[in-house]
Amino acid sequence: MPDESKKTRASAGKNNADKAGGGKAATAGKNNTDRASSGKAPTAKGRKLRERPKGKIGEVWVVIECEGDVAAGVSWELLGIARSLATDLGSRPAAVILGIDVHCQELARQSFERGAAAAYVADHPALVPFITEPHCQVLAALARKHSPEVILLGATTRGRDLASAVATEMETGLTADCTALEIDPESLLLRQTRPAFGGNIMATIITPGHRPQMATVRPGVFPLPETVAGATGDVIASKPRLAAQQTVRRLEFLPNPEEEVALQGAHVVVSGGRGMRQLKNFAMLEELARELGGVVGASRGAVDAGWVSPRRQVGQTGQTVRPALYIAVGISGAIQHLAGMQHSDMIMAINSDPTAPIFDIADYGIVGDLFEVVPALIAEVKKRKAAAAKGESVKTS
Amino acid sequence: MAIHSVVCVKQVPDTTQVRIDPDTGSLIRQGIPSVINPFDLHAVEAALKFREEQGGSITAVSMGPPQAEETLRKVLGFGVDRAILLTDRAFAGADTLATTHALAAAIRKIAAAEPVDLVICGKQSIDGDTGQVGPGLAHRLGMSQVTYICGLEGIDPEAGVIRAWRQLEKGREQLEAKLPAALTITETCNHIRYASLPDLIAAADKPVEVWTVDDIEVDRTKLGLKGSPTRVNKIFAPPVRERGEVLVAAESSAADAAAKIMDRLTEQGLEMGLAG
Ligand SMILES: Cc1cc2nc3c(=O)[nH]c(=O)nc-3n(C[C@H](O)[C@H](O)[C@H](O)COP(=O)(O)OP(=O)(O)OC[C@H]3O[C@@H](n4cnc5c(N)ncnc54)[C@H](O)[C@@H]3O)c2cc1C
Ligand SMILES: Nc1ncnc2c1ncn2[C@@H]1O[C@H](COP(=O)(O)O)[C@@H](O)[C@H]1O
Repeated sequence: MPDESKKTRASAGKNNADKAGGGKAATAGKNNTDRASSGKAPTAKGRKLRERPKGKIGEVWVVIECEGDVAAGVSWELLGIARSLATDLGSRPAAVILGIDVHCQELARQSFERGAAAAYVADHPALVPFITEPHCQVLAALARKHSPEVILLGATTRGRDLASAVATEMETGLTADCTALEIDPESLLLRQTRPAFGGNIMATIITPGHRPQMATVRPGVFPLPETVAGATGDVIASKPRLAAQQTVRRLEFLPNPEEEVALQGAHVVVSGGRGMRQLKNFAMLEELARELGGVVGASRGAVDAGWVSPRRQVGQTGQTVRPALYIAVGISGAIQHLAGMQHSDMIMAINSDPTAPIFDIADYGIVGDLFEVVPALIAEVKKRKAAAAKGESVKTS
Repeated sequence: MAIHSVVCVKQVPDTTQVRIDPDTGSLIRQGIPSVINPFDLHAVEAALKFREEQGGSITAVSMGPPQAEETLRKVLGFGVDRAILLTDRAFAGADTLATTHALAAAIRKIAAAEPVDLVICGKQSIDGDTGQVGPGLAHRLGMSQVTYICGLEGIDPEAGVIRAWRQLEKGREQLEAKLPAALTITETCNHIRYASLPDLIAAADKPVEVWTVDDIEVDRTKLGLKGSPTRVNKIFAPPVRERGEVLVAAESSAADAAAKIMDRLTEQGLEMGLAG
């Protein structure tokens, strides 16, 4: 099979591509031999940068988070960015899939379609359902063996949890909740940008002397890469040895109520804040959201008031959303709220206070009483949809 | 079964009041009050509940500058039994990895005198915002790791396990973890009580023990800034989104404003779900 990594390396040029060798096994294997022959045995923990053979850059890994053979959307989003980072490094993007064989095979196939050039697949019953410790052991062992340059994980409950354990095990740096990732053209270090101090500042973090460089990214920060049907890549399969008995086990899983559509990936999010005043007023937002084909979110103000489930909270300590349209209703626009929605394509705000900070970032705003404006919006949307439906039927007949 | 919990608490600047200097792009921290990391209060509350149910004791630990003593005073006021402040120049500038080296060493020393069943952290700090210290401690100390707990079922002393619910993106799962375990607690896990007057009075007499790097057994090269694999390369103000078009409903009518806004949104290519 033509080696994808060879191609990208060759085109990137600058990294001694010719010396890197082509075949798939060589990618990892040669790396280790090189290091051993240079006289510096790789330490079990935290590989120092200077020990790395010159001109040989490790892969960019994405840990695919999955339940059965269904991956979390964020994992695919990360494959998109991993691909562009790998290109800049003169390396290749790879997916890491931990689970049982049938699921792994299917997920590997999907990974290739989303741009992975290789898939590291580890098959063991103790990896399902997800428990941190066995996942940490297997991921760390794979990373020691194959020396990736970068490992990316979704900043989900499990991703954050696993990333921290692995970074501790490898004694390397980890940057949480990155909103931008890029390769520094000079140093080839991963520049990891993230909000800090509650979103008041942005910080760019680097991990100069340790490998792998690890980062988590929230869902919705990077766009989904396009699918290339039928794309293939190298599968590097392993059967890890793990204790059958773990110290943590899952007793039960309760899925979120079915009618609850995920905020992630929604086309339109209509969020309500303390200005909504009462639980029953959220019916209005539900209706507007339904008319626009969207879902309802909330500020912490509304969550704390008990009107909305914490799962609906948008912001620093809630979810990050990036819909085509975000409508903030009766939300003042505290920095912690903005942290979760400011990357939406369009933002519209409805607030009675013309000085509310939400207007500073909104593309469109209406200063007014939400109890008048929201019903007016619903009526307007309905009117337009009715007209459009008529227009459609005229055209098609 | 008496339970000995170690709660990790951090003093943080009140990030709702932090502002950025528009000229220098740096953080204005002057006059910004320091508070206890709000999630850590939920961690303290969880420890208090375990002590009520099972008996035992609670030790609070904080790593930070000398003034972080205030934070430990505050948790003593909730009835925590013992408070230890890790403070030393050697710890300064630590990232989460270096922080776990220091805290883990302190917890090992605490455990040598009185075995530790639980290490309890907040889900994240509001200044660093990483949520990495809790899992890092679990791993370093070899304890069962249960993070982002949204509900506690309690401890089963016979079986030596704790059962807890954690919130995932697609649902909730109940986990059973062997003790000793390290937990991180979210705000939906419990309600923080008010400190009682007798506890507050008793706290006034309790010392905050101060430990320096000499008091713990730790590889000093792993501490503080020089022990931190990550470096802050650049700090800058978040990109500002430009203020857009704001209509005042009162100047025309809500219906007019709604119609105008919908015009704009459709001009911008918004597609309305026609299915509904
Ligand atoms: C550590 C920490 C983390 C946080 N994380 C988050 C987070 O993830 N997400 C989040 O949202 N917040 C978060 N917050 C809270 C945040 O600081 C704000 O307190 C919160 O966002 C305020 O919610 P709100 O805008 O609904 O309420 P308010 O600030 O009270 O605003 C209500 C708004 O409604 C308007 N209004 C009232 N009546 C009407 C009416 N009839 N018509 C139109 N407008 C009306 C008012 O003018 C006002 O602007 C966090 C805070 C801290 C300390
Ligand atoms: N310096 C510190 N001292 C004590 N506990 C800490 C410290 N830093 C972090 N923690 C604990 O770790 C949790 C997560 O912090 P962080 O990883 O910084 O988001 C906090 O809620 C605290 O419980």
